[in-house]
Amino acid sequence: MTTTQQNKTLYSAIETDQANILTEWIAEQKKMMSQYGQAKEQELTQQCQTFLQHFLAAIREGNLDNMQSPEWRATYAVLEDVATIRGEMGLSPSETATFVFSFKRPLFASLARMADGNAEALAAAVWEATTLLDRLGLYTTEVYTKIREGVIARQQEDMLELSTPVVTLAPGILALPLIGTLDSARTQVVMETLLQTIMETGSTIAIIDITGVPTVDTLVAQHLLKTVTAARLMGADCIISGIRPQIAQTIVHLGVELGDIATKATLAGAFKLALDRSGLSIVKTKPALQI
Amino acid sequence: MRNSETLPLTNESDIIFARREVRSRGSEIGLSLVDVTKLVTACSELARNTVVYGGGGTVTIEPLSNGVRKGLRLIFEDQGPGIADLNLALTDGYTSGSGMGLGLSGARRLCNEFEIVSVVGQGTKVTVAKWK
Amino acid sequence: MERIPILRMGDYLLVTIQVDMHDRLAMALQDDLTARIAKTGAQGVLIDISSLEIVDSFIGRIISNISGMSRILDAHTVIVGMQPAVAITLVELGLTLPGVLTALDVEKGMALLRRLVDVPEEGDDEDNAEF
Repeated sequence: MTTTQQNKTLYSAIETDQANILTEWIAEQKKMMSQYGQAKEQELTQQCQTFLQHFLAAIREGNLDNMQSPEWRATYAVLEDVATIRGEMGLSPSETATFVFSFKRPLFASLARMADGNAEALAAAVWEATTLLDRLGLYTTEVYTKIREGVIARQQEDMLELSTPVVTLAPGILALPLIGTLDSARTQVVMETLLQTIMETGSTIAIIDITGVPTVDTLVAQHLLKTVTAARLMGADCIISGIRPQIAQTIVHLGVELGDIATKATLAGAFKLALDRSGLSIVKTKPALQI
Repeated sequence: MRNSETLPLTNESDIIFARREVRSRGSEIGLSLVDVTKLVTACSELARNTVVYGGGGTVTIEPLSNGVRKGLRLIFEDQGPGIADLNLALTDGYTSGSGMGLGLSGARRLCNEFEIVSVVGQGTKVTVAKWK
Repeated sequence: MERIPILRMGDYLLVTIQVDMHDRLAMALQDDLTARIAKTGAQGVLIDISSLEIVDSFIGRIISNISGMSRILDAHTVIVGMQPAVAITLVELGLTLPGVLTALDVEKGMALLRRLVDVPEEGDDEDNAEF
């Protein structure tokens, strides 16, 4: 590994002026970021210190042309942490990249002091520094994007899970009340959740209630059919309830064959059928006193 | 992430080994249990084709990545007799052997991507992929 | 060669598959089981596949075969404990195993067999319903 002249200039500029640069840099960031309040000052200082330390180590040891080399790993790791924290806090990509870009002004100031009037040397050093920092800045944006994509994916999953409550109505009888539009992804999660619950609870009958489903297209109908078939393979029966007249029409028009699947107009009807099949019944007794 | 690897497919033990490998690598990249099961089942179908009809061959397991999405690609290759009529071979229920005739068509339904290239007298290459 | 053990419990045969199924093993099970049904005159067969992580079209066909053959030999076969992921995959594969009897677990499978075979039940093992 060769240490070039630029390395030395950059290194000694930061090395000798470390305390100043750090203070200015932090001040710079606070100015540019309104949301990043006083409460986070300690964290910010910490981040800046660590970055400066690793950045310094990297330019002392390292290759300024190839930032893939191992000396840069620690620097990238700091940026990844910073971008992750800011991404998860919901800060904007600019506010995330600011971490690196705001470092320029104090660094250039320090380089100017070092150059002491030598314009050519200053220009070279500034160019070198700006190239490095641009690449690092872009990296924070990359990490930021990945983090946000992850957040979105997680939220989507959470929403899917939230929307599929499987409830026990009686021993061995489950109900899955579906509400809202069923798309392919959601139907798949519904299917998996229902089958999993059937296994965990040992329930032999599951009622899929679609009263709250506005429309049923071919794909959804097929998904429902698959769910029922899969449940049967596991040893459980499904009853579909809450089929409104329009949906009954659609199913027939679409030519979807429901086969021997039990269907009921209402959840109550389906529950009655489920009780009959389980050898259970509801008996009228003296009403319990409510106090 | 682990690199791609190529496993031999010449007998039933190879099929079982390939299935286990696909299962462990599928779980590693975070595929759901259902997706892993689908991929392993597709692998079982295609590996059987390679061994029984292709006279043996190989399977290559390749990790895929597209942003945060991850996936797994399986490539089955043999130098067997090839398939003359691909459309027929992809029809549900068509079988030239002892199976239920759901091998190829079923494997296609179990994966996100499916591609088959076959030259009579030279061999068959089936590529499938499953994305998270 | 490795074989899957078949246990006899009175009028029933019990098979628990706990290994990675491969084609020859499945064929052997089909042969052994039909032979045992014929020899013992068993009226019910229970196959527990709860440990099976996949069922592909070949194993699916064997399950279908066993079910059909046992019927001809005057026995009922119940497949119990299929995992949800396996069931979803089978359906996607296009294998719905029509005519094959299924149950959630061994106990429920046994209860189903008793009802089918109509052997007097010992004790009351039905779930007590409570609201």
